[in-house]
Amino acid sequence: MSDHPGFIKKYIFSTDHKVIGIQFLISSLVFMVAGGLLAMLMRWQLGWPGQPLAFMEKIAPEGMPGGVMVPEYYNMLFTMHGSIMIFFGIIPLLVGAFGNYLIPLKIGAPDMAFPKLNALSFWMFIPAALIVLSGFFLEGGAAASGWTAYPPLSALKETMGIGQTMWVAGVIVLGFSSIFGAVNYIATILNLRAPGMTFHRLPISIWMLFTTAILTLLATPVLAASMVLLLLDRTLGTSFFLPAGMIVNGEMLAHAGGQAILWQHLFWFYSHPAVYIMILPSMGFVSDVLPTFARKPIFGYKAIAYAGVAIGGVGFMVWAHHMFQAGMNPALGTTFMISTMVVAVPTGVKIFSWLGTLWRGSIRLRTPMLHALGFISMFLIGGLTGIFVASTPVDMLLHDTYFVVGHIHYVLFGGSLFGAFAGITFWFPKMFGRMMGERLGKIHFWLTFVLFNVVMFPMFVLGIGGMPRRIYDFTQYAGLVHFLQINRVMSLAAFGLMASQFLFAFNFFWSMFLGKKAGDNPWEATTLEWTVPSPPPHGNFAGPVTVHCGPYEYSVPGAKKDWTMQTEKSLGKGH
Amino acid sequence: MLLPESASTYAPRVDQLFWIILGITGFFFFLVQACLLLFILKYRDRPGQKASYVHGSTLVEIVWTVIPALILVGLTIASQKVWAEIRYPSLAPATSLQVEILAEQFAWNVRYPGPDGQFETPDDISTINQLHLPVGTPVKIHLRSKDVIHSFFVPEFRMKQDAVPGLPQQIWVEASKAGQFEIRCAELCGLGHYRMKGFVTTEPLAEFQAWLTETKANE
Amino acid sequence: MKRGLKAGGLAVMVLTLLAAGNKPQEAAAVRPAEAAPAGGATLSGSISVTGNVPAPTKIKMAADPACAQAHPDAVMSRELVASNGKLQNVLVYVKDGVTGSFPAPTEAVVINQTGCMYEPHVFGIQAGQKLEILNSDATLHNVNCQPKLNKKFNLAQPTKGMKSAKTFDQPEVPVPFKCNVHPWMTAYAGVFGHPFFAVSGADGAFSISNLPAGTYTLEAWHEKLGAKTQTVTIAEGESKKITFSFEAK
Repeated sequence: MSDHPGFIKKYIFSTDHKVIGIQFLISSLVFMVAGGLLAMLMRWQLGWPGQPLAFMEKIAPEGMPGGVMVPEYYNMLFTMHGSIMIFFGIIPLLVGAFGNYLIPLKIGAPDMAFPKLNALSFWMFIPAALIVLSGFFLEGGAAASGWTAYPPLSALKETMGIGQTMWVAGVIVLGFSSIFGAVNYIATILNLRAPGMTFHRLPISIWMLFTTAILTLLATPVLAASMVLLLLDRTLGTSFFLPAGMIVNGEMLAHAGGQAILWQHLFWFYSHPAVYIMILPSMGFVSDVLPTFARKPIFGYKAIAYAGVAIGGVGFMVWAHHMFQAGMNPALGTTFMISTMVVAVPTGVKIFSWLGTLWRGSIRLRTPMLHALGFISMFLIGGLTGIFVASTPVDMLLHDTYFVVGHIHYVLFGGSLFGAFAGITFWFPKMFGRMMGERLGKIHFWLTFVLFNVVMFPMFVLGIGGMPRRIYDFTQYAGLVHFLQINRVMSLAAFGLMASQFLFAFNFFWSMFLGKKAGDNPWEATTLEWTVPSPPPHGNFAGPVTVHCGPYEYSVPGAKKDWTMQTEKSLGKGH
Repeated sequence: MLLPESASTYAPRVDQLFWIILGITGFFFFLVQACLLLFILKYRDRPGQKASYVHGSTLVEIVWTVIPALILVGLTIASQKVWAEIRYPSLAPATSLQVEILAEQFAWNVRYPGPDGQFETPDDISTINQLHLPVGTPVKIHLRSKDVIHSFFVPEFRMKQDAVPGLPQQIWVEASKAGQFEIRCAELCGLGHYRMKGFVTTEPLAEFQAWLTETKANE
Repeated sequence: MKRGLKAGGLAVMVLTLLAAGNKPQEAAAVRPAEAAPAGGATLSGSISVTGNVPAPTKIKMAADPACAQAHPDAVMSRELVASNGKLQNVLVYVKDGVTGSFPAPTEAVVINQTGCMYEPHVFGIQAGQKLEILNSDATLHNVNCQPKLNKKFNLAQPTKGMKSAKTFDQPEVPVPFKCNVHPWMTAYAGVFGHPFFAVSGADGAFSISNLPAGTYTLEAWHEKLGAKTQTVTIAEGESKKITFSFEAK
């Protein structure tokens, strides 16, 4: 008998939260590379509409015959790009990977409350992804009704093929994976905190992951339910989302009694909170990284924590701001404009508090810090542009244009992903026991930061100029032809942006084996995960853990060093 | 600059809001980025630099919660005024000019009621993708869809409204200048979505009437 | 497909992910024929129409400037075209009575989209025979083909000169084609297991030759006026005249 557990036991049936976290991390990064490559094809078509890309003829003979993309393939590309990035990239990365890895370590617990449920959550995530992606190999290709899958387009056999059915089925499976994860996080944070780890001593990342888990638990069942209804409409001929009198291919359909925009209400009831599911954890990571590298307590701990909870709470009341022009009663537009404006207030509080954290600090510009600062700078743009589309009249111009595409990319790439990069580079030493290459990390940050802006900022200009999103060839609109040059620049920058990510991948795997040894606490940070060896052993903590102070006790006057671990008694006024 | 030309009576109202929001968000954008840059430069970790042990300040926190909140209340009120004026049916201008637009994959079927003012009668005038509107007269548009969701979007009018099957919509527009514009479908409707393109011609009332007559004669 | 679920296996998936779903269209299984009975009989004749034939309407080419440019003069709808009581675009074919099997010709039938019209408007094709779909216009056409028995397809041809190839597996009348971008664009195909079909010309005339001797059910199908059948017995080498008469309401 070998004394190490063997590949299958260690990686397939592992119930160690750290292994599952790393499984989520690596698989979501792989999916994001896939989603990114799909975006590259879209950028090719947008920069050089109708120009052949010879090698693609072999890879996608139906989608790009002779290397020239056809419109239905373009529709599949943006649908799958959005679906992969959101469902199989950002959410599992932020929530699956970091939630699993960090929660027990940061609250002083040996593992999750339900380790087996945790493993099940991961092993439903992978099949869900494979089911959704299988559409590419089926008759008629992948789903092509956008990641929002609005019926009737998504609900009719006449308009969408089997790939759409697989998409719906896959998202249902994924929904269960998310729910299992959320139950686990909530139970763990509520019950397994070490003695002394009061709620007001939790690191902000845990506050945010906790809020995220509650959002997931409340919102995902609605998504799963609406997906089931859509599946019934598609396969059994029900009419939940299908009104009477629709004529497709010259024939009146037999459906009657449904309501197309009911789907939009249900979908956004999940998917707007999902945007917060995708941003709150990153806000949490940034709130952990900033004090560590500014060597200063976080400014307004309670304000940041409660602002996050408030964003989550109000986040449940803003869903119909995606539907101002969808045909609902205009008075509802008013209501949702008000709630949406309300959400901007706690968001502002967070940004100002992060600035306050930097103020009079002693800032160490290491790679995780660069990404955290990049997060503030870019997420700010994502947040501010949200105010344009929150204003119902301005939204009449900007809704469903590239302005919205720019807005979501500043939130999800500029925000979520920079936050994720900050998190990965920050906790990499803990996960693998080695430091990531600092120089390569900085080159990756600057390339990503600059190229990201060259790709995404012009989107606002395109949107304000009236360029609709999800358009295969915008040049056939006379009023948009003049955007061709700017689109070419964006495409070139996008190719560069994609290429830069391989630097990160190289750094990641190279450092995993050949990086400098990290030690327990390479960043001189204060929270519990830095008290254990890197990587931490199974069970995390060697003995009982007691927490004596808050999570960000840096530069405490009179202390011997400029950081005070949560296991130490602080001399300062922090709790 | 930036915005497309404005060709409806309410477009300038929308544009005004746009510029106000751009001004406010622009101010906060520069404020935060400048602070960020300044702090990074000023408080870099260098020998002798010592971080201060500060946990927050209730006063500052109240200030930066209340000020944005007040600004947002103002924006909401301003937006609501324009929104109601454009969208609330009770505030729509009275008009006898009507047109029906029936969206289908992938065309805009336009129909004018003809002299009798009634749709579905023999004197109806219909076109595909060709919408003509008189300048200076409000027109009520009945928007429907035959199959999936489409969205009627004329950037120069600052008007966008989804056409939803089973949910007829009424919008109105009053063209403010003569010109040629495009209807761009703004809601994904299938493989031909990208070129579900219509043409809008706004012209003086007399020319509009002449066009109606000529189109009828050509049918 | 055997594909491991470990991290390494995922990388493989990324590469294959980009492949589009559809496999190339399989050619219909053409049964190796026992030599088809050679025939020498000919059925020919003309199609007439009585009653109140409505005047064709003008097509609204202004819907797409690319279409309008192709036509200096007005274009009339082709749904119901008759002159001097003779009906065009009627598909005449042997519905019953053919025995043996007839391998599909190797040359393709071409349907061309030109000037935002289908050329031809009505045509016949053998099962298993290649149909070449050509876009000669500098505008998007989608070819939305919704047969009941054969495989449905809806493909887009965004650029001028684009070609796609399709085949139909089994006999079916009619197989409708429609372009959703230009709602007036329709075409109809008849798919047959044999080569005994024809489409009436402007003079209403049609001719089916090389028929073996036998008794056949002949059908004439028109997109607006429906179908009419009659039974004919023909001897080897014989030429017979047939007429069909439709009534317009």
